[in-house]
Amino acid sequence: MGIEGIGARVVRKEDKRFITGGGRYVDDMVVPGMKHAAFVRSPYAHAEIDNIDLSKAKAMPGVIGILTGKELKADGIGNLICGWMIHSKDGTPMKMGAWSPLAVDKVRYVGDAVLIVVADTKSQARDAAEAVEITYKELDAVTQAADALLPGAPQIHAEAEDNLIFDWDLGDAAATEAAFARATNVVSLDIVNNRLVPNAMEPRAALGQYDKAEDHYTCWTTSQNPHVARLVMSAFYNVAPENKLRVIAPDVGGGFGSKIYIYPEEIVCLWASKKTGVPVKWVADRTESFLTDAHGRDHTTTAKMAFDQDHRILGLKVETKANLGAYMSLFSSATPTYLYATLLSGQYNIPAIHANVKAIYTNTAPVDAYRGAGRPEATFVLERLMETAARQLGVSPPELRRKNFVTSFPHQTPVIMCYDAGNFAASLDAALQEADYAGFGQRRAEAKTRGRLRGIGMSCYIEACGIAPSAAVGSLGAGVGLWESAEVRVNAVGTIEVLTGSHSHGQGHETTFAQLVSDRFGIPMEQVSIIHGDTDKVQMGMGTYGSRSGAVGMSAIVKALDKVEAKAKKIAAHMLEADESDIVIEDGALKVAGTDKTIPWFQVALAAYTAHNLPQGMEPGLKEGAFYDPSNFTFPAGCYICEVEIDPDTGKTAIVQFVAADDFGNIINPMIVEGQVHGGLAQGIGQALLEGTSYDTASGQLVTASYMDYTMPRADDLPSFLVSTTVTPCPGNPLGIKGCGEAGAIGSPPAVMNAITDALGHENITMPATPHKVWAAAMNH
Amino acid sequence: MYSVNYHRANSVADAVKTAETGDAKFLSGGMTLIPAMKTRLAAPSDLIDLAHIDELKGITISGRTVTIGAGTIHYDVATHAELKTLCPALSHLASHIGDPAVRHRGTIGGSVANNDPAADYPSALLAMGATIITNQREMAAEDFFTGLFETALEDGEIVTAVRFDVPEKAGYAKFPNPASRYAMTGVFVAKGEDGVRVAVTGAGDNGVFRSEPLEAALATSFDAKALEGLSVPSDSLMGDLHASPEYRANLIVVMAKRAVLAANG
Repeated sequence: MGIEGIGARVVRKEDKRFITGGGRYVDDMVVPGMKHAAFVRSPYAHAEIDNIDLSKAKAMPGVIGILTGKELKADGIGNLICGWMIHSKDGTPMKMGAWSPLAVDKVRYVGDAVLIVVADTKSQARDAAEAVEITYKELDAVTQAADALLPGAPQIHAEAEDNLIFDWDLGDAAATEAAFARATNVVSLDIVNNRLVPNAMEPRAALGQYDKAEDHYTCWTTSQNPHVARLVMSAFYNVAPENKLRVIAPDVGGGFGSKIYIYPEEIVCLWASKKTGVPVKWVADRTESFLTDAHGRDHTTTAKMAFDQDHRILGLKVETKANLGAYMSLFSSATPTYLYATLLSGQYNIPAIHANVKAIYTNTAPVDAYRGAGRPEATFVLERLMETAARQLGVSPPELRRKNFVTSFPHQTPVIMCYDAGNFAASLDAALQEADYAGFGQRRAEAKTRGRLRGIGMSCYIEACGIAPSAAVGSLGAGVGLWESAEVRVNAVGTIEVLTGSHSHGQGHETTFAQLVSDRFGIPMEQVSIIHGDTDKVQMGMGTYGSRSGAVGMSAIVKALDKVEAKAKKIAAHMLEADESDIVIEDGALKVAGTDKTIPWFQVALAAYTAHNLPQGMEPGLKEGAFYDPSNFTFPAGCYICEVEIDPDTGKTAIVQFVAADDFGNIINPMIVEGQVHGGLAQGIGQALLEGTSYDTASGQLVTASYMDYTMPRADDLPSFLVSTTVTPCPGNPLGIKGCGEAGAIGSPPAVMNAITDALGHENITMPATPHKVWAAAMNH
Repeated sequence: MYSVNYHRANSVADAVKTAETGDAKFLSGGMTLIPAMKTRLAAPSDLIDLAHIDELKGITISGRTVTIGAGTIHYDVATHAELKTLCPALSHLASHIGDPAVRHRGTIGGSVANNDPAADYPSALLAMGATIITNQREMAAEDFFTGLFETALEDGEIVTAVRFDVPEKAGYAKFPNPASRYAMTGVFVAKGEDGVRVAVTGAGDNGVFRSEPLEAALATSFDAKALEGLSVPSDSLMGDLHASPEYRANLIVVMAKRAVLAANG
């Protein structure tokens, strides 16, 4: 490990500009003639649009244009799509309702975009938007998934009868029934996985610019995957062909999944730019973010686990209702199916699993992947069950888990996934020791003397990252391949640009990716630049989500580096009159092994471009590209142990200790990995204790639409985390990397809730465990 | 935010005069008004900024009588050395309003005039029997705070200072709303020559109020133990997403105990 190479705690290169105001976000982009947009949105959760009167609005100062859904349709702009086909258990395809970027006849949730106003200033656009007069015929609304399935519930889309999008099965129902029939004990739980608002620090934004001379569009947008945005806007939304559409995702201030999707606003801004003849910028305000960013989670689940007399798991039955909101967002169908039920085997040998998932329309914001995407929901089901089972069976929670651990690899689960490597006992032991699990009884007794209820809870999670093998996901319904691309350009002076299809929106790619290159060629990191987020620079890429940038994105870089290295060695061998196989790279130079013959890296690069003395037949230049398609998912896993103290007088829960022992495989930059774990834990603890999204069930209004009511985790809600890692390298990719971006958010909610239920002595509490709920739960027992 | 005419007043008289035109609002720290304007929930035609009026600023102490200018920021109340010694409960209260940015901008006069039902200061002023001084008159806190965001202020009337005699003992405890961090229930207890007064903020459905059951119990013995087993009625308390009236009733007693413990040091 060098000071800047793989494994070094290198300070993030990008942070200086971020923390000194030097970042360049979409709202920082200014192009000549640019004007500003405001969207008129539905104030109702469910209504028919009777009439739109623009006469007053059009006369307002500064108005350039006001455009409606009818005009958008007339211009052939397509409906938004969900890019992953799911088939119901009866073989029928999912029932997707139309989602027009601007509503035409009907609005289906509060915040649904109805029209766009373009004006000279943002204020004028808003003033004119307020002057638009729309007559609605309000319809009954439904916000809860279970209610939407009831007879007589409001029908949201004509295409989806009873609001049911699909009724999907995974696993072997008969084998699972048989397993339950021979069980000694069955543990059951009803589980709610609460809806979350992503709350990226930077709101969504879009700037659309149509160049009439070139008949070409440029879109600056807050995207985690600009190439996917271009592909989808071109292929499905008919905005422009790909060669006429450039998408740029500059610095992006957090996404957590919510910026994967292509939303109405970027499509409409591009279209409106052509219609009005001016570049059109829209930046969401915080209220729009609450109302219209794709929300996360929102599952209700009944789960049952069967055990034999030795407390070995025989089977698992899971029935989940997934609330997908008013429209199917881009990957909304995959999140509660192939990203969820495939993880229901957890770290355990479970011979038979059967899962049923019903996806349901409601009059709420669309729901899609949010940090963890399906795996937090699966982990919460399993790890609440395991802890509850241990209590009901009267055995130690860690030992019940240990007894059921998968210990030999590869391990084929009954739910598609084949785990390639892991050492679950190692994480468990590391966490138990760090948490002083054995000493808990004493700590609980001491807390009691202070009038506090102390509880301990754990969670042994496994998740699937590095998404994903293209052929495999294709066979499961994905509309895209999930490989990644890279190009390594060595300049004539030896400095290097790496173009990657991954996108950094907080992950620190400019640092970790540069470390990889620095490590390979022994050149300083400052001589390596990472370029991403622009479809005119990087040819194609699949973007960043599902903790894939290390395992997939960096693997593509490794492949390209291999090619560069091979060519550089050929050139060096030629210049040093040695055999290519004798060339080694050390300390920024290419050397003939075992001799003092050496040539600095930059001279090899220069030779490649002067081309005065290259091997016979070799092309000049030193630039190589590669595509990497993973052979499997990667499987980060770990053990989290949470200890809480509850003040029974107020119901306030304090997390007094939180231990995270993760196995992410090999690690490039431990400091960045720890930062990812800290952030994930904050979000997971936020879900468990603080964050609840509440719609008024009668009106469908979002009650928690600002920080006055939606509780974001703050520093003083969180303890100092005790994080550590064990290492089982991933055998499936060249770096042995698994991924670390989501683990914290996946593993922590059940650990927190297991600790709270331990302290309370009963299971009757849901997330978020607010002081009010905990107080009531403590009182009622 | 809608466009608005901004006026910087250099005296109270100047502010009052300027306010005579249009739908004007006085601006002190702006901790409530500016966010409401940014979300277009408030739309005054004119803003009259009181933050630069020197006569409204400062803390004066004479014996046990404290006068705090309406334009005094929370940070100055929290850190004023003499006040901290004399009435630590009020300094403690001020040091827990909002966050550092709020405490360096928000003022006691703004808080009092706005009378947010979850604001901290009204409970202290009511419990200590403070006098609210305006450019026109003086009023007892009881008469000044009249309801949710409602006060006895008339048009053109500006709070210029608050004055109180420091009680023998005082304490404040609050349970913050997890999201907004405003008081979900805050209780200020004061033991003075006229007996014990207990004022509750954040909980009442008509704003800050005095709790008679708590005052009666503490009059017997100014000790947290005097509140053991006591309950207060929940029928005129607020219920919302974060706390039911019953939960707030519980918090009133719990916070009162903690306030008494703090008062007894």
